[in-house]
Amino acid sequence: MRGLLALAAVVALAPLALANNYHYEIAILVGLNAIVCVGLNLLIGYAGQVSLGHAGFFGIGAYGSAILAARYGWPPLASLAAATAAAALLAWIVGRPILRLRGHYLAMATLGLGIIISIVVTTEDRYTGGPDGMSVPPLALAGFTLAGERAWYWLVGLLLVATVWLSLNLIDSPVGRALRALHGSEVAAEVAGIDSARHKLLAFVLSAAIAALAGALTAHYAGFITPGKVGFLHSIELVVMVVFGGMASTFGAVVGAAVLTALPQLLTVFKEYEMVVFGGVMMLTMIFMPKGLVPTLAALAGRRR
Amino acid sequence: MSLLRAAGLAKEFGGVRAIEGLDFEIRAGSVFSIIGPNGAGKTTLLNLLTGIYTPSAGRLWLDDRALQARAPHQFAAAGIGRTFQNLQIFFNMSALENVMAGRHLHERCSVAAALLRAPRLARAEHACRRLAAELLEFVGLGAYAGAAADALPYGALKRLEIARALAGEPRLLLLDEPAAGLNPSEIREMDALIQRLGARGITIVLVEHNMKLVMGVSDHVLVLDYGRKLAEGDAETVRNDPRVIEAYLGAGGD
Repeated sequence: MRGLLALAAVVALAPLALANNYHYEIAILVGLNAIVCVGLNLLIGYAGQVSLGHAGFFGIGAYGSAILAARYGWPPLASLAAATAAAALLAWIVGRPILRLRGHYLAMATLGLGIIISIVVTTEDRYTGGPDGMSVPPLALAGFTLAGERAWYWLVGLLLVATVWLSLNLIDSPVGRALRALHGSEVAAEVAGIDSARHKLLAFVLSAAIAALAGALTAHYAGFITPGKVGFLHSIELVVMVVFGGMASTFGAVVGAAVLTALPQLLTVFKEYEMVVFGGVMMLTMIFMPKGLVPTLAALAGRRR
Repeated sequence: MSLLRAAGLAKEFGGVRAIEGLDFEIRAGSVFSIIGPNGAGKTTLLNLLTGIYTPSAGRLWLDDRALQARAPHQFAAAGIGRTFQNLQIFFNMSALENVMAGRHLHERCSVAAALLRAPRLARAEHACRRLAAELLEFVGLGAYAGAAADALPYGALKRLEIARALAGEPRLLLLDEPAAGLNPSEIREMDALIQRLGARGITIVLVEHNMKLVMGVSDHVLVLDYGRKLAEGDAETVRNDPRVIEAYLGAGGD
């Protein structure tokens, strides 16, 4: 719980350091990515099931909510909820067969799922605007429109703290223990009476729903959405954030998302060498901190004491 | 009264008959040992009894009712627990959490309650933690409760598996070579632990190569050779069976 309080404090005090709208924008993107990563970490870090297709669920949330709101005139909150539910439903349907696969095969299957969603988004231009993207109405409730960087910052900050709280609760419960157990040894988990298929599916559906919610929020915040956010590269980015921050560490997912979202902005001083430096930072981190940023630093701090 | 009964049990792997037409009956409250040379099908048999393998033929009865379980977790729910010959520890957890995970069948926890940290969950967790600590104490690992599982020595991990299996309160506990790789003093401790398990009223199936251990604790011994039953009976009968001596004990066994 101390970690949660620390996160809440960071969210509450960060605006003191945010000088302009651009800074707020980065902070909001960090928050949205962190929400996705906390969810994805339940699947990858805790349950030990890799997914290379979560940008697809992010995209279903983003495009689903955008299409319902822009093309069919749904109130944005309803479209947001419907798109999130749709992603969860798809994850539930698709998850049952593909979560039987393990390791590389599961990675391939989720990769395929992500690519299919990405292709649908790109080609169904009647609804999605195709490669050009589409504009998305702002979030509004009962005549009040959520506008401005500051309002969005507080919404995303609040949601991030809530997501982390839910994730910590889940991990610290019999359900979370079952997830970690099947990561440790699936056969031993089964023999202990843990329904591994059900628990994998739970982590898959939860992470998909969270990704879709963050996707829908991203679309409404930005006011515009392009297929790039749905594609393979974004899926990889999300996984990298989780691994970089530290698998099986909820705060690791937050830190990973924060560092990898903000770092490219800071590295713009290196101009054309930006991506080289970015890659270098990541390689060095993984070589010297193979367990990820937060678990390694936590272990170091523990040894000092 | 028989707790578990098997009739015509068989398992083939692409034409290789690992277990063939096996009939046996395990009496409630007994220690039932399965011995046989390497490759005789002992571990395959345990995998059939825990749902890890699906039998090619044959049937199982638990309490004289046909066993309906299909997936391993359903066998666990029916009251069958086990340990593994090649350790299957949750190395990403502490020793205590390993045992708590073994308690899964007896924890009632909906996803919503877990997400929202329902108050009654805290009490249940507390009880689960205490029981897990007691079980670690029971198998002689009280000192390791807080330790990460991957920090435990090999002999301790063998007992950690037993504690985890006990947390599920199995009626039938299958121990797959619990003494393999242990030194003589650890084997004596394991022997005593198996006796204490029996005293708890748990029916035990023991697969083991250490004949001294087997002959000391078993009420009934089943000898397998090439997936078939070679002999069975009490320890004395099996020990004096000429076929067993030829196939197994005679070949340099102790």
